[in-house]
Amino acid sequence: MLTLTCPYCGISAEETELSPGYEAHLKRFGPASSDAEFEAYMFARKNPKGVHFERWRHSYGCGKWFLAARCTATLEVFGTYHAQVSQPPADLIAAIIKKRPDWKGYA
Amino acid sequence: MSRYSVFAIAKQAINHHLGWERAWRSPQPKPAYDAIIIGAGGHGLASAYYLGKNFGITNVAIIEKGWLGGGNTGRNTTIIRSNYLQDPSAAIYEKARSLYETMSQDLNYNVMFSPRGVMMLAQTHHEVRGYLRTAHANALQGVETQFITPQRVKELCPILNIDGPRYPVLGALWQPRGGTGRHDAVAWGYARACSDMGMDIIQQTEVTGVRSEGGAVTGVETTRGFIGCKKLGIVVAGHSGQVADMAGFRLPVEAVALQALVSEPIKPCMDVVVMANTVHGYMSQSDKGEMVIGGGTDGFNNFTQRGSFHHIEETLRALIETFPMLSRLKMLRQWGGIVDMTGDRSPIISKTPLTNCFINCGWGTGGFKAIPGSGWAMAELMAKGAPGPLAEAFNMWRFKEGQFIDESVAAGVAH
Repeated sequence: MLTLTCPYCGISAEETELSPGYEAHLKRFGPASSDAEFEAYMFARKNPKGVHFERWRHSYGCGKWFLAARCTATLEVFGTYHAQVSQPPADLIAAIIKKRPDWKGYA
Repeated sequence: MSRYSVFAIAKQAINHHLGWERAWRSPQPKPAYDAIIIGAGGHGLASAYYLGKNFGITNVAIIEKGWLGGGNTGRNTTIIRSNYLQDPSAAIYEKARSLYETMSQDLNYNVMFSPRGVMMLAQTHHEVRGYLRTAHANALQGVETQFITPQRVKELCPILNIDGPRYPVLGALWQPRGGTGRHDAVAWGYARACSDMGMDIIQQTEVTGVRSEGGAVTGVETTRGFIGCKKLGIVVAGHSGQVADMAGFRLPVEAVALQALVSEPIKPCMDVVVMANTVHGYMSQSDKGEMVIGGGTDGFNNFTQRGSFHHIEETLRALIETFPMLSRLKMLRQWGGIVDMTGDRSPIISKTPLTNCFINCGWGTGGFKAIPGSGWAMAELMAKGAPGPLAEAFNMWRFKEGQFIDESVAAGVAH
């Protein structure tokens, strides 16, 4: 069973306590943007077979949204972090590269 | 290829069944083909079959990473229906359903299509209104469905509890010509027919790259070397995004796990397919007697072909009020497949930014029932280089145009 540690309340929560929120760090494009940008924001997802950064909500706990790095090919969890950032923290990226030398890095 | 028939069985019985041929060849790949289809699942094999049957293109290779029919084709709950609300979906799924009716004769392979009837329960007033609307839409689309009373539901499926306190059965959308099929046989039947037409099914060979020149595909890199082609079809379900990435374009899909399970085998107790979309579970009884049960997808991107156990529990918990007998049944085994979900939960059968590369994906949770229709439409697209009436609405640019085929809203769930 998938277990993530909520970075806000520190509780190690299993999946029934959490709600998934899919890809993290989406850049929002609004009505003034081009059609291509808006389509990409709405529908284009990285959907990698490997390292994935994603949103989760500790819905049956503290209720906070947080972010997690997880491998979609093995279900290994690399770590969780606060949602108030626009990209993954450098120490987490370094830790992932150590475990997955072939990973192309966060882009 | 020798035909299967009662006489063939009699003849082989005399020879102690030692004379049966292999159903399909396993040839070495040729240096180049007129068309390559990546993915020997139901949709890929059907696409190849109709390329040969309808358009006479038989210099075709179907390249498969694992073994044919080993992905979602072998992992679904085998339900066949076409009671969709939107016109493009009703057209392609009804085409598929009608092709299933004659598939065993067409392929000379028993796919055990069983038109036992599919019942979609209406368990809220909202659902009653929705299904009445679908029944009217289906009448206009030429799809035979009707809205039936709770009493009729009980007659058709006596094991149903129609008086549940929380989710009473208020009626149902009944498609008498829907049913189930033998999922493996569909893949095997198509494979045998393709091989018979001279097509090469190349298993245990992974595509590792797509080579293109000046906006057109020239061939694919595989674990057994480069294979050239004039046309390329990508029909790989869960890994569509990965193969599209090799070809240099992006798809609006995400891969998630969808699970199903079967109970211990029991005596025949249910001769229809029942879907309960409010609680999101569906069930039929297999020929072996197992209750075949499915539910909704898991909630996160996943390529592992296994899901979270609590989804199994949720599906069963939801179904127990409607099927009280389930509470006494032991569940035998459970499995998962990787489905590619699009933004509107409808498939993509489309041209791509590469002129001679075509894609058929995004069938999400409802691929098995569509196999023959999907193959029919994909073959037309690949042969003519432009979509026919079945495929036209399913192009990959509809997300930019905002022309969604919104079945997920129509059904209230993924479908």
